[in-house]
Amino acid sequence: MSEHLLSLMTFFPILGMLIVLMLPKNNGGLLKGATLVVTLITFAISFPLALDPVFKTSGAMHYKEFAEWIHVGNYFQMNYNIGVDGISLWLVMLTTFIMPIAVLSTWQAVTKNVKGYMALLLLLETAMLGAFISLDLFLFYIFWELMLIPMYFMIGIWGGANRIYAAVKFFIYTAVGSLLMLVAIIYIYYTAVNSGMDISGFSIADFYNLSLDLALQKWLFLAFALSFAIKVPMFPVHTWLADAHTEAPTAGSVILAAVMLKMGTYGYVRFAMPLFPEALAYYLPYLAGLAVIGIVYGALVAMMQKDVKKLVAYSSISHLGFVMLGIFALNTIGMSGAVLQMINHGISTGALFLIVGFIYERRHTRLISDFGGLSKQMPVYATIFMIVTLSSIGLPGTNGFVGEFMILLGAFQSELRWFAVVATSGVILAAVYMLWMFQRVMFGKLDNPKNQNLKDLSIRELCVIAPLLIFIFWIGVYPNTFLEKMNPAVDQLIEQVTGEKPQIVIPVAPAAVHGHAVQHDEVPVHGQHH
Amino acid sequence: MENLVQTAMQNVNFAAIMPSLVLACFSMALLLINAFSRRGATAHVAGISLLALVVTGFSALSAWNNPQVGFAGHVVLDNYAVFFTFVFLISAALTVFMSDAYLKREGYPIGEFYSLILFSTVGAMIMASGTDLMTIFLGLEILSVSLYVLAGFFRGSKKSNEAGLKYFLLGAFSTGFLLYGMALIYGVTGTTNLVDIGSHFSLSPQSAMNPVAIAGMMLMATGFLFKIAIAPFHMWAPDVYEGSPTPITAFMSAGPKAAAFAALMRIFLVSLSSMQTTWETAFWVLAVLTMITGNFLALNQQNLKRMLAYSSIAHAGYAMVGLVAANAIGISGVLYYMLAYSFMNIGAFAVLVLIGKKGEENLTLDGIRGFGYKRPLLGVLLTICLFSLMGIPPSAGFSGKFFIFAGALNAGFVWLAILGVLNSAVSLYYYLRIMVAMYFKDPEEDFEWIKLTPGATICIVISVIAVLYMGILPSGIMSLARQALL
Repeated sequence: MSEHLLSLMTFFPILGMLIVLMLPKNNGGLLKGATLVVTLITFAISFPLALDPVFKTSGAMHYKEFAEWIHVGNYFQMNYNIGVDGISLWLVMLTTFIMPIAVLSTWQAVTKNVKGYMALLLLLETAMLGAFISLDLFLFYIFWELMLIPMYFMIGIWGGANRIYAAVKFFIYTAVGSLLMLVAIIYIYYTAVNSGMDISGFSIADFYNLSLDLALQKWLFLAFALSFAIKVPMFPVHTWLADAHTEAPTAGSVILAAVMLKMGTYGYVRFAMPLFPEALAYYLPYLAGLAVIGIVYGALVAMMQKDVKKLVAYSSISHLGFVMLGIFALNTIGMSGAVLQMINHGISTGALFLIVGFIYERRHTRLISDFGGLSKQMPVYATIFMIVTLSSIGLPGTNGFVGEFMILLGAFQSELRWFAVVATSGVILAAVYMLWMFQRVMFGKLDNPKNQNLKDLSIRELCVIAPLLIFIFWIGVYPNTFLEKMNPAVDQLIEQVTGEKPQIVIPVAPAAVHGHAVQHDEVPVHGQHH
Repeated sequence: MENLVQTAMQNVNFAAIMPSLVLACFSMALLLINAFSRRGATAHVAGISLLALVVTGFSALSAWNNPQVGFAGHVVLDNYAVFFTFVFLISAALTVFMSDAYLKREGYPIGEFYSLILFSTVGAMIMASGTDLMTIFLGLEILSVSLYVLAGFFRGSKKSNEAGLKYFLLGAFSTGFLLYGMALIYGVTGTTNLVDIGSHFSLSPQSAMNPVAIAGMMLMATGFLFKIAIAPFHMWAPDVYEGSPTPITAFMSAGPKAAAFAALMRIFLVSLSSMQTTWETAFWVLAVLTMITGNFLALNQQNLKRMLAYSSIAHAGYAMVGLVAANAIGISGVLYYMLAYSFMNIGAFAVLVLIGKKGEENLTLDGIRGFGYKRPLLGVLLTICLFSLMGIPPSAGFSGKFFIFAGALNAGFVWLAILGVLNSAVSLYYYLRIMVAMYFKDPEEDFEWIKLTPGATICIVISVIAVLYMGILPSGIMSLARQALL
């Protein structure tokens, strides 16, 4: 059982999809219920991963599975080669955790073609999980492209008024990037084959050992970097994001923000950086520059938005800029912070999209100017909104603070010090646009008559958002649960990218600094193996 | 004299043309059966055609890994020919499946339709197994003449008439080029046998630089490239594809195109490999030009048949990439792609055949609005074919393109591969437009008129299963393609 745990987890949603497709199409409740059960079972299957202590001590791949898949003489070999380490572990958990929430969020929002929607959600889950666990570049590419199809239809069929434009733009942007990556993937393969290396399919572990000359690395890196940068999205290839997010239905936005954007940052961590370390070193300042531009630009544009959902979408660009900066710091604290921030962003922004969805279902508008004074009418909603807003800003005690603090600290300690200085302004800007928006929506006079009969959150809606709130505080107060399993893998990654073992950094627990109930000896100690 | 006859008979070896012989006999028998059948009854003719294709398939099977040379080296039934024979048989069979109900709906229930499809398949098979310029020409003519008639088969329809006439006039013209090229090559080498031409050029490299030889090569290429609809010889294709009966459009873009590829690759790889540096550059340019022309002209089409016609031009461009690479991966990639394209393209056309009303005026982007909602199952099947045409994994179209571009990269044609994938990025747009119309627009019609006729349904289901199989588990067929190399 445990030796096939990853396969079971990845393909269970597809199995569930086939079951859902056989159910009667008019019974929406049954379809949603069945989908919820499937996603919950998937989560249950994945749960032992999170408890496994092996990740605390070893940064290698675990739960590996291997099978020959495509074998054409000596031309090609592609293998079914999967596994997780401390980095992909949390992204896998995030995916299986977010999916039931996404399904719950559709309960009232989706009434048309429920069956198709549910089938696509499940297909999407398989594709995302598959991409996170692939250790073979070809296999990864298959899942990576497969992800596009369900999301394209989710935006295009169940999206807002401008959905067709958004869906087509989303599809073409992401596909163009990945096609160039495909060329690079094939090219690496033949370089490896022609150099006489004994490789096992498109295994990334083998490709890591390939020594390519810098000129070639640069081209290949650019192909990978572009593809992943579009997905992150980094400035200036971010323009699809605002359209896709704004038009997507709530569940689509939640999944897009929480999981799919992480695919880009994960791509850097797992593929682009360790495969081409020298090219990375060459392009690092430019990429870090783009990350910082993204931070500030995303925040400034978010500030000017009239639509709450668009605001959240642009804030994602800013937050993902932080993640990229942390990754490029190339030290344990920055990189761990970045991985943690991927999870944080998934939770906080996922929650924000849910919150926007709640109010949109009631009022069918998302314009900030249509609201005001809602806190009087909906106190529970206001409280939850406040918590999530603060988490997104990065208030100490919430998850956002830990991640951003570690990232900035890591960046300060690296060569990117001045980038970190500029990036810090993003934290302030985040407070500006989020709080300003919160103030205009929640406080002031309740003068719009349409808002005077709004109902507060229902039990179902509370159940949807509550798990996210738990993690906002858990990570905020005791991030060690996550960091201790992440660090060995992060250390190993840094060693791969920089060629040297990461230096011991002064253990700093951001939460502890600010007097929270974290003991100093529980603080993540980086580089324990020294 | 008697001795001569005896050696000649020994050289004949009917095993080498057995499949073509079987199918030709069946086609002629069908003509007779037609003559004695009640007018308007064609179901049994379609049935017999399918039987004929199956029997032919079995007769070709025995030659796998057991090459048969016949007619003193004019014909050979090697793995290459057998592989292509199966491509032709499959595309013909799928076409026959979807045709019966279509012919009745359009008011032309005429049995000769099937005989012509079989005859053109015979021609294609002879082209793939011809090892002499004359045999190949013979095959090409059998194929083309049947197709001219098929394109203009709806004699009451102006568009169909136009298609037939246009195809015939331009086709005849291009045949002239082809023959002239063959004559020039014969003039330089003194032989029409492909292997002998090849050894002549490799023995005397200066004759490969002879302008007459190069002119001959170019003229021959023109003839074949016209049949494949490679830009700039593609002008006929959109009109002919739009005007022809839809099953014939599907068939033309799969089977006969593969036949022209088969002959082109055999001639250029066996006989003219000494001139590779010359034709490589020319084909490089033409491949890029074709991909760009096909994809960009498809972008703004409203008529679905016409859009798929342009897309078919672009797909021929992708296949050319494999020929430019001219290495084992690239060429077996082309073989694989021909089969993959037959399935995905004919599958898509079969759905269109079902959607169309009499006259097919409704086969436009507006006409299929909301189709995906009203007929969800058919919608999904069409969507799978379209994703395969786009080259999105896991589908036959993806693995086919993967092999072809891998061949190009392995041969060092990095830019060609990059231009190729960028072109398939362009193609995403117009395939997505079909899906936008199907799923993202609200239905204006009920699509109640669509009847799932058994033939077309079988055709679509087989195609989709094959598309998924070749996408998820490509090893089997790719290994066959590899064994089928020249």
